[in-house]
Formats: sequence, structure tokens, C-alpha cells
Amino acid sequence: MEDISLHLLDLAQNSIAAEATLVEIYIKEITEKGCMYLRIHDNGKGMDQQQLDKISDPFYTTRTSRKVGLGVPLFKASAEATGGYMRINSAQNKGTILEALFYTNHIDCLPLGKPEESLAALIFLNSEVDFVYCHEVNSRQFRFDTREVRKILGEVSITEPEVIDWIKKHIKSGLDELYGGA
Amino acid sequence: MKSLKELEEIKQRTLDSVNLRKDRTGGTRIVVGMATCGIAAGARPVLLAFLEEVKKRNLGDVTVSQTGCIGVCRLEPMVEVYRPGEEKVTYVKMTPEKVKRIVAEHIVNGQIVTEYTIGAAE
Repeated sequence: MEDISLHLLDLAQNSIAAEATLVEIYIKEITEKGCMYLRIHDNGKGMDQQQLDKISDPFYTTRTSRKVGLGVPLFKASAEATGGYMRINSAQNKGTILEALFYTNHIDCLPLGKPEESLAALIFLNSEVDFVYCHEVNSRQFRFDTREVRKILGEVSITEPEVIDWIKKHIKSGLDELYGGA
Repeated sequence: MKSLKELEEIKQRTLDSVNLRKDRTGGTRIVVGMATCGIAAGARPVLLAFLEEVKKRNLGDVTVSQTGCIGVCRLEPMVEVYRPGEEKVTYVKMTPEKVKRIVAEHIVNGQIVTEYTIGAAE
């Protein structure tokens, strides 16, 4: 993967495959410590201990069409390459929490990339799923929740191309504010 | 907040044009491979480029959706186009630039962009 936001897109698709109806993506960056913490929390069907034990094994997948599943192992490798970690907690029928820490000053740390594009893609492709995106940089916070967008839209679909475009720009400007100024 | 007001405006515009917009079923389907291999190879900008073209050209009867791994990861990003009554066309090694041409020539005008198809790549 070229950047962390692409990992997020890929990993959130696992939540959707697990029949989640709500996926919460949380990112916290602490500049002075040079670290970025990421968490994806879903309310999908979760995994049992046997599945959890194998989750980082590239030759384990729930898919029946092929015998490899690289999404989680690649993400784990990306986090560990910076000296960070990735771990997963899951309870059957409750959901899954995936957490990772990246040391952003490490030379091998991937850039964050474009979370707004990953969110736009996720929301467009999974119209029946709600997403929360919460991003903190030091003491600033940006929060986006598709449930609030749906409330405003009423009967208009969240997948209307104009709406998706608005979501992308809205998140982008939120991120610009997070990183902008002192 | 300015941006929420924009969303209200989009809602109103969409409601106003709802009669113009036909039911999207029965039109052309564009399917983008969005498994790990697709995403790693660049499927996200390809998907968003299709959305952008659909929005710009107001292609009301075109649907864009996703599929998993198609099985030829080395040719990702891959896109399948289903036009009603025609055979499926598979495009490989997609880029946002290729998207523009495929929409203009194939989706709108029905001319397959042969050089981008899996047949030309194999």
C-alpha cells in the first residue's frame, strides 16, 4: 500500500464483509511524540479465538474464491516497520477493534494519504453502512458522522455523486483545518 | 457552518431534479475491483474518477459498484463494464486518465476502447 488511508479503506472493507452496520475510524496524532494511533471499530459479527489466532497469517482468509488474505498482514507490516504495532480484539456477534500505532518520524513510515478519498469510496460503495470518522491532531478534533449527513439529506441518497463529492471536500477541509495554523 | 448549508443546497437540487433522473437499474453497470490487490494497485482514484465523470456528465442510468478480487491481481486495477444487451468488457491496469476515455467512448458512445481491455493486455 502506498499510504495509510489506503490501508484504512482496505481494512474497513473487512468490517463490511463482517456485516457491520457501523464502522468507526479514529485517528489520533501527537506531533511532539511523533506518533499516530489508528483504530477501526465495527459492530460486525466478530471473530472467534481460532480466527483471531490466524488473522495475521497471509494464508488465512474467509474468502472462498482464493487462498490468501493480505490486507491485515500488510497493515501489520506497515505499522511494525515504524517500530509500532497492530493488534486486534474481537468478540463474536459484538464486533472487532483493530488498533495500530505508527511512529511517524521513522523513515519507513507511510504517509497518511487521503482519508477523505477513502471515506468517500467507502460511503459510496456501502450505502447501507454508517461511518464515523474522528481525527485528532494534538488538541484539535475533526468529526464526521454519516448519520448526521443522512439526517440532513432526508430522502436523498447519500450515494448521489454530488453528495459524495461534498463529503470528500468536507472532510478535506476539516483535515486542512486540523493541520493548519499553530 | 458553511459546508452544511452546501449540503442542504445539494439536497434541494437533487430533489428538484428527481423527476429527470430515471431509475438507475437497466442501464450500464461499471464494476470496480476493490479487494486488497485492487486498492494497492490504485482502484480508489479509478473509482472516484468514474464517480466524477458520472456527476459531470449527469449519467443518470449508469451505476458504479464494487467487486472483490477478480483473480488476475497483476492486471489490477480492473474494471468491468456491462452494457445492456452486450457482452461484458474487462479493462485492466486502469488509471483516472483511462477512465475519462472509457466514459466518453464506451459508456456514452458505445465504442469499446480495445487497447485498454484484458484481451489487448494478455
